[in-house]
Amino acid sequence: MASGKTLTISIMDPPYESGTTTTMLRIVDAALKKGHNVNVFAYEGAVALPLKTQAAHPNPVKGTTVEEQHHPTTSGFISALFEAAGLTGAKLDWVNCGLCVDERGATEWVEGVRRGGPGDFVKFAQESTNTLVIGTR
Amino acid sequence: MAHYLLIESRDPFEYGDPVQFADLAVDLAGAGNQVTMFLVQNGVLVARAGAAGGTLQKLAGEARITVLADEFSLRERGIWPEKLAGGVNYGSMDQFVDLLMADDVKAVWH
Repeated sequence: MASGKTLTISIMDPPYESGTTTTMLRIVDAALKKGHNVNVFAYEGAVALPLKTQAAHPNPVKGTTVEEQHHPTTSGFISALFEAAGLTGAKLDWVNCGLCVDERGATEWVEGVRRGGPGDFVKFAQESTNTLVIGTR
Repeated sequence: MAHYLLIESRDPFEYGDPVQFADLAVDLAGAGNQVTMFLVQNGVLVARAGAAGGTLQKLAGEARITVLADEFSLRERGIWPEKLAGGVNYGSMDQFVDLLMADDVKAVWH
């Protein structure tokens, strides 16, 4: 059931480099399950989180196949979050910073992600119950 | 007075500034604010009984400060309940979101 509250998160960390991206995805998941709307403003390397060209891989060191390794991707998690939002009537709005995207050529995203800019973040923050800014190291 | 949600993700054995973040918590509490220090990722390493990071010692005994450690981060690092330092409680992501979405909470990530 939608709560009518909205959380905004800004994130700068790229995928697969720190525990921060995992924590951020866990926060979004918990908030959506409680029926809160969630806005994510992905800046700098974080625009690569929803890249749909991410691929699972085998682990030649351990000798495991793609299936055995069952490697998760951040884009897969983000797709699942969009689906989770639909279950509670909450809304997930994920904005990738356009300039950051262009710099990186990171243009192919999973469904639901849209292009924007810092102005979107300002608007998000003004309209949200709370805003969490996750700075990079 | 306000309620501050301070999120510590850094390991004090790797970085020098978690001690200053703890100082901020103490100062905010001293000014009459309610403070929740939520430890997450490597920030939970100070939650081990006997850890000498210096941050928990600063927070101990402050009535207006609550210390929660993310249960997922603790499990990832093999820190089980019987190994938690005194004054630290298990915190879930549900709890975290409830705190974050309460009225007039100011959240600071470190």
